[in-house]
Amino acid sequence: MTAHLNSPSTAAVESRLGSLRVAAPTSLLTEVELGTGLVDGYTVVASPVGDVIVAFNPSGVSAVDLADEGFADRFRARFVRSLVAAEPPSIWVNRIEEALDRGRPGLLPIDFRSVTPFQQRILELAATIPRGQVRPYSWLARSAGKPGAARAVGSTMARNPVPLIVPCHRVIRSDGKIGNYSLGGPENKWELLSFEGAEPDRIESIAAAGIRLLGSDTTGVFCFPSCHQARRISETHLRRFRSESEAELSGFRPCRICRPG
Amino acid sequence: MDGLCERLADDLDAAFPDLVRALQDDMYSALRSLVGPEAEDLTQETFIRAYRALSEYEPGRIRDLKLRGWIWTIALNLGRNHLRAKSRRPVLVDREIEIRSDDPDYVDVNAWHWRLQSLPPRTRRVVVLRHVVGLGYEEIADATGQAVGTVKSDVHRGLEKLRQILEDES
Repeated sequence: MTAHLNSPSTAAVESRLGSLRVAAPTSLLTEVELGTGLVDGYTVVASPVGDVIVAFNPSGVSAVDLADEGFADRFRARFVRSLVAAEPPSIWVNRIEEALDRGRPGLLPIDFRSVTPFQQRILELAATIPRGQVRPYSWLARSAGKPGAARAVGSTMARNPVPLIVPCHRVIRSDGKIGNYSLGGPENKWELLSFEGAEPDRIESIAAAGIRLLGSDTTGVFCFPSCHQARRISETHLRRFRSESEAELSGFRPCRICRPG
Repeated sequence: MDGLCERLADDLDAAFPDLVRALQDDMYSALRSLVGPEAEDLTQETFIRAYRALSEYEPGRIRDLKLRGWIWTIALNLGRNHLRAKSRRPVLVDREIEIRSDDPDYVDVNAWHWRLQSLPPRTRRVVVLRHVVGLGYEEIADATGQAVGTVKSDVHRGLEKLRQILEDES
């Protein structure tokens, strides 16, 4: 034994080196799949409509969905990838919370590869709608330079991969009614708008009376009903319009902030 | 690995996890011996870089790849760059290599890591590929870009050096 230790053979060295071969950590394949974007990671975050999952990959946040028992199947059906529970990159953690809080992406990268370039443009415009306000499909279509595309805007909202972050709950029907919502149905849209102080009951009752725009006879300006300028008009100076042309014929001009015309 | 290039060329995303499964133990073991505690990160990084490169390649180019040698080249470059960067930074406390459940009790992984560190980089690389991983001389030559004869003599020299180190220790 001592003799052997005193003069180890190269064969002994070879055998020791051979025993340095071990199995890779079991998490390695998953980490590689996350790092290459072959699978998306997801994390669960609280929101006004209950827990939601935020899915992400190296290109950005790819999906937001209700954290119910079906989210993994829905994700696979739409994106043809799997989801695994994972920590988002550390610099995205705060940005995800902020984006959900404010209802706009801010500095958080979004993976828009699941929509067309036109749909991406519409979604990016929707993300400019201020918290607590709403805009009709027709406004988004016009802002995108395609005034005739209100229907395409509606289907884009239904395809929004990242609801809450791109605030499609702030996009309403062209007749001023609240309309449908992809993240669990219209009651969630009401819930979110109430939470933001957009007063959906008020919006809906104005629309039900056939009123689309509100003006102030002191400023001669007309707005969408949810514009914060419109909400400051006192009852004595408030003018109600059924259409943009009616407002303009009455000598009013469109608000420069909410741009109703 | 049989037919893997073909499958990667046909459907990279579907076949890539099989490439990881086929090589991850070899690659992790090699980087653990060569680089130490950061082996897990570097193994991941190797595969992620390989995927990104393959996703840019034409299918024909993927079919013709010497896949193993090609990936080993990526791993060895990452390992070498990592060690270089590390040597430029002062290290206050060097992390130890984590012991894994399949490490035999009688082998001191960290001691072997330091013994290997005392070999010249080129020798260390081929000794690890030959005797830790068990690659053939041809594959090692593909991975390192050296002639087979050079690989053989470097392996031989490295083993002799390690034998002497062991002898000096006892």
